[in-house]
Amino acid sequence: MTGQNKKIIAFCCAESAYRAADRAGRLGIHYPDNVRVIRVPCAGRVSVLHILKAFEKGAAGVLVMGCQEGACRHLTGNIRAKERAKYAEDLLKEVGINGQRVKVVNFGPDMAQKFAREIEEMVEKIKEE
Amino acid sequence: MVIAERKPLGEIRNMLAGYKRILVVGCGTCVTICWAGGEKEVGILSSQLRLASSKDGNELSIIEAVVERQCEKEMVEELRDKVQEVDAILSMGCGVGVQTIADIFEEKPIFPALNTTFIGMPEAEGLWTEKCGACGDCLLYWTGGICPVVRCAKGLLNGPCGGTRKGGKCEIDPEKDCAWVLIYRRLERQGRLDLMRKYYEPKNYRAVKRPGKVQAMQA
Repeated sequence: MTGQNKKIIAFCCAESAYRAADRAGRLGIHYPDNVRVIRVPCAGRVSVLHILKAFEKGAAGVLVMGCQEGACRHLTGNIRAKERAKYAEDLLKEVGINGQRVKVVNFGPDMAQKFAREIEEMVEKIKEE
Repeated sequence: MVIAERKPLGEIRNMLAGYKRILVVGCGTCVTICWAGGEKEVGILSSQLRLASSKDGNELSIIEAVVERQCEKEMVEELRDKVQEVDAILSMGCGVGVQTIADIFEEKPIFPALNTTFIGMPEAEGLWTEKCGACGDCLLYWTGGICPVVRCAKGLLNGPCGGTRKGGKCEIDPEKDCAWVLIYRRLERQGRLDLMRKYYEPKNYRAVKRPGKVQAMQA
């Protein structure tokens, strides 16, 4: 598979990243179409198992997109997401999947440009593999 | 409760080499609480095994299951249908769980995914410490409910060793409290410091004949 058609899963917090994705669509900002956006109530909902399953089903990269630090509606969901993503990355390393394929990004709901940029960066990263 | 830790993935994969159909069995009791072998950990290990095997081009067929208590024959018996579909069983229970499954399904090879470490309790989120050595001759009645056998690095029974650090820490591990400082403070609080002056005979470390066996009377 080339970098263009490798799948990327983006778990997007409904309060921030999902709105940013929505905004990107409304503003006509282009971003790679191999990303699959999954709306979650909070980035803290994304468990280690969700991340591993994404790779098991063929994803080449996972983005966990939550609110900015201090702005989580559920107080610490974004902090937990960060810790879990780190743990998932360690588990993937054990399997032999290296190279920062799991990334946590903090968003505000109006950051449509950033949303597109993060997707592009991940596509570039998995292209190198 | 029994505390365990998962073995490294490499060791588990080496044990399973040559087997294609695996049943990964977790336990819903102690090892669920200490995050070593519950439903979530079964899912994580199975996922890791699937990812690693597909990366090597050697796909594994994995069935996941969790029984309420792996140390109870009746509960392990529920696995019979699943066991018939696999070549090997990977237990995420403690050493007792592994042996219970092994006794019931003698015809199947069984492998432990965990290292059973000690009997302990949760201290904080994600932290468990050893509290009991299952010595079979409990002395907690005169130490204020703090076991010097396992909580003192030297297992001393008649007061501290003399190497206690400032702040009541152990000379062997400055991260740990000196068990005898804890005992002193507890007895002081209870007005039972006279117990500190009492001499205790060397402990009977052969109170439990190995393997241990207890036959209880039904109440």
